[in-house]
Amino acid sequence: METLTINVLLAVMAVTVTAMALQRNLFGVVVLFGIYSFLMATVLVALDAVDVAMTEAAVGAGVSTVLLLGALYLTGGTEAKPSRRPLLPLALSIAVGAVLVYGMLGLPGFSDPGAPIHVHVAPHYLEASVRETGVPNVVTAVLASYRGYDTLGETAVVFTAGIGVIALLRRRREKESR
Amino acid sequence: MKSDIILRVIAKLLMPFTLIFALYVQFHGDFGPGGGFQAGVIAAAAVVFYSIIFGLEAGRRLVPGWVVEKVLATGVLVYAVTGLAGIALGGNYLDYFVLDADPVTGQHRGIFWVEVGVALTVSGVMIKLFYMFAGRSREPEDA
Repeated sequence: METLTINVLLAVMAVTVTAMALQRNLFGVVVLFGIYSFLMATVLVALDAVDVAMTEAAVGAGVSTVLLLGALYLTGGTEAKPSRRPLLPLALSIAVGAVLVYGMLGLPGFSDPGAPIHVHVAPHYLEASVRETGVPNVVTAVLASYRGYDTLGETAVVFTAGIGVIALLRRRREKESR
Repeated sequence: MKSDIILRVIAKLLMPFTLIFALYVQFHGDFGPGGGFQAGVIAAAAVVFYSIIFGLEAGRRLVPGWVVEKVLATGVLVYAVTGLAGIALGGNYLDYFVLDADPVTGQHRGIFWVEVGVALTVSGVMIKLFYMFAGRSREPEDA
């Protein structure tokens, strides 16, 4: 049942992406993008990754839709017709996609308990996190405690991206007032 | 959208619930799904929603831009200082076991402050990005 749900959702996502590629009205594309994010969030809920699903729904469907609409307000709502048929980019995309699929064939099967990622430190986290940290949500324990350095780095990345955008957009505004 | 009474009333009704939900996700992240990042984005989404319905100026009156800038920098500092507290109390950087006499309580304390730092930075960056984008005019600026 779960597999069926996920496959149906993935099929709807594929339809959404196709519609996005064919759509020339950029407002429609942004709305489809939001729908895609909500479908993705639903898939993640079905996979029991609720933490990631919340992030996807809030960032992918919420904030980035708003930012894209803001960008759309500045640029206008219709995609320009390409000056020539984009055959080379299309071929390149298909080639990269084929390479990725080929690489995926080498990955261990989905939810295979013998996969390398599940036999390294993960068993220790699952077994010891409640005893060592007293935090029942193992995702929080791993993010904030076992992998505290990584999360510090991530926070720094978000901060850097934020001040980068501030620096870029603010300088332009000052130039304007001069 | 300022003139639409339905949107205004719904926005006013939703605001407190969204913010409470953000706090719930923040402080219940130890037990259920969620944590600093999710809570930060939800809180930011509440402010963005308010600004969309009531106008950017109203949003900036609610949460001024300079406050947002301070908040997004404070978050990283809170996280980094939590790490330094571990050193000060005789452990390693980001070592939470030494933050309290009881190691498990120390872990709780460390995770709490780290999540606060993440939430502050993420919500600050999200709100600031929206303010920067929404505050730009449509007229072409000289490059």
